[in-house]
Amino acid sequence: MSYAPGQTVGPFFHLGLPFEGGNLLVPAGYPDAVRLHGRVLDGEGTPVPDALIELWQAGPDGRVPRATGSIRRDGFTFTGWGRAQTDGDGHYWFSTLTPGPAEPGRRPFFAVTIFARGLTDRLFTRAYLPGSEPDGLLDGLEPERRATLITTREQRGLLFDIHLQGEGETVFLSYPRQAR
Amino acid sequence: MTTQADIYREIDELRGSGGPQPRRDYPPYRSSVLRYPTRDLHQVDPEGVELWAPCFGAADIDDAEADLTIQRSGEPLGERIIVTGRVTDGDGRPVRHQLVEIWQANASGRYWHQRDQHPAPLDPNFIGAGRCLTDGDGVYTFRTVKPGAYPWRNHVNAWRPAHIHFSLFGTDFTQRLVTQMYFPGDPLFDLDPIYQSVTDPKARELLVAAYDHSVTTPERSLGYRWDIVLSGTHRTPLEES
Ligand SMILES: [Fe+2]
Repeated sequence: MSYAPGQTVGPFFHLGLPFEGGNLLVPAGYPDAVRLHGRVLDGEGTPVPDALIELWQAGPDGRVPRATGSIRRDGFTFTGWGRAQTDGDGHYWFSTLTPGPAEPGRRPFFAVTIFARGLTDRLFTRAYLPGSEPDGLLDGLEPERRATLITTREQRGLLFDIHLQGEGETVFLSYPRQAR
Repeated sequence: MTTQADIYREIDELRGSGGPQPRRDYPPYRSSVLRYPTRDLHQVDPEGVELWAPCFGAADIDDAEADLTIQRSGEPLGERIIVTGRVTDGDGRPVRHQLVEIWQANASGRYWHQRDQHPAPLDPNFIGAGRCLTDGDGVYTFRTVKPGAYPWRNHVNAWRPAHIHFSLFGTDFTQRLVTQMYFPGDPLFDLDPIYQSVTDPKARELLVAAYDHSVTTPERSLGYRWDIVLSGTHRTPLEES
């Protein structure tokens, strides 16, 4: 297998990766905007101030966006992709729209990628909307593990903490065609 | 106080213990100790958005962003280089018109970043970040200067081999890759716990660019070639739009 190995994003990724408005998939204050946010925590529950979160999601209609313009946003086009760095308190946030189901009866989720100094490779996970629809991934997990993948509804958004290690460790995902 | 000899011993004990990707649990890289997931990754079949990657276009980027030597009013110091290569997926298909981002230290080994306070000079003419889209054949090209090695605080007298950080997208979400490109023959390879976190030597070598004289330009820049293979796609060609 000749797949290029990953390497840590390191402590200086702010130089190359975050960009103005990266966390604003829709402008904050847009009529249907929700805040998806949370903290990234290490194995001792300490906030991780040098993590980067990427969000990739369907629109409210459940369709996968194919529009360009995530880096230079025009304020009108929903591209479905964003990037947010954690602050000194390990907190990240996105202003976005609630994704719809890919097919009727499916539980919608945000696809999430996590990078951090100290992580030798990126991690993937899903942040699901709260709900009761059956789901192939969630239904196969023990309740405590399942809970790590489900966002908590708040008045104006959705809360999704990411526990890199230890108690309440988030379920991180791999996919069949990746090298392990 | 952890010495280079201590770290080297730890690196040695873990040699060949992991697969073709870096070990997530890799104590010689001290910052990983409280940050790696202890549970196995949960394998899942990608669905919905995971079968697609975000799209970037010409409006997202200026062509000039691929040239890190022209971002300021003057010429940066250091050895001018061209780094080019082809991005393909695990099935050998070029990854076309997709985003590639890089960031790096300057020729003295100093980053344009608040957290890098080690006493090597900043270069007012070099910031060290660039991006481009691959062309119709999956090829990217950056013009920059060769970054210097730099010290870090993993252990006493720890130095990173010269490297350029790369961020890549594929044609589906699962192919997302952030990695580092190294230069051939660096004497610091054996001592570096980040490079060595990939414990399979064959896989590790995939991170090292090759000097390529056909990329070198007369009286201007030395050329390096670094081709990148991402993992396999999960979408069948029929689903391509
Ligand atoms: Fe670096």
